[in-house]
Amino acid sequence: MVPISYYLGLSAILFVTGILGVLLRRNALVIFMALELMFNASNLLFVAFSAYYKILTGQIFVFFVMAVAAAEVAVGLALMVAIFRTKHSVDVDQVNVLKG
Amino acid sequence: MSSGVIIFGVLALVAVASAAGMLISQNSVYSALFLVVNFSVIAVLYLILGAPFIALAQITVYAGAIVVLFLFVIMMLGTARLPRSGPIRGQRLVAILVGVVFLTEAAVFLVWRSGLTGVISQPAVDFSTPAAIGNALFTTYTLPFEATSLILLAAVVGAIILTHPDQSVSRKDILKPGQKKENRG
Repeated sequence: MVPISYYLGLSAILFVTGILGVLLRRNALVIFMALELMFNASNLLFVAFSAYYKILTGQIFVFFVMAVAAAEVAVGLALMVAIFRTKHSVDVDQVNVLKG
Repeated sequence: MSSGVIIFGVLALVAVASAAGMLISQNSVYSALFLVVNFSVIAVLYLILGAPFIALAQITVYAGAIVVLFLFVIMMLGTARLPRSGPIRGQRLVAILVGVVFLTEAAVFLVWRSGLTGVISQPAVDFSTPAAIGNALFTTYTLPFEATSLILLAAVVGAIILTHPDQSVSRKDILKPGQKKENRG
């Protein structure tokens, strides 16, 4: 079977890819996708430790993370649509004033 | 090298490659499709770790619902490609530097310094069946479960309110349909 450290390494790499996505991309939708990638990296670690220690709580927590991520995406994309209506762009460099 | 490590290596390679593809591709529709690949590979990793419920929830919630929502919004707004404009000076360099530093730190403290050198053994057959997870959700974790349903309800209401047109229909407009102003949407 696979050592736990391999999963730790994979999760770290995926998380850093998500961080780079948030920092490098200017398309707000891609930034959201990178956020989902970071959620997934942490979820993978939860499940790996759940299997490592044979405790079910990690998987329950992943379930809750998924539900909250779904809610977050729904509200976030609604915000994107609302911003696009006033700014006509989803470029985060353009969104630098709060006034609509 | 055991077969489990080889399978993990291939899956990890696909996961990292699809994540990098999501990061690099300029068209955000392709980014969403790379994300589907990444989520599917991670679902397979969940299956290997003995978490079938989480694996299938991953497929339905992430690959099924969230990415479809992304694609829907991308296509509705028509913003698959952004016009190219220069990033803030030095931002890319600093971002990559920060990423490398974080990765090094994570590798040092998670992989080498944590002392976690154990091997994940195959869990028992009845360890994380959907029945066991449902049992835990509805007994030990009933309150968080109900709180989740409230969060989802709030998200639905919030999404509807945020995308609602500014001019709401008043009762007068409903009573006199002939005088309704055409300023919605």
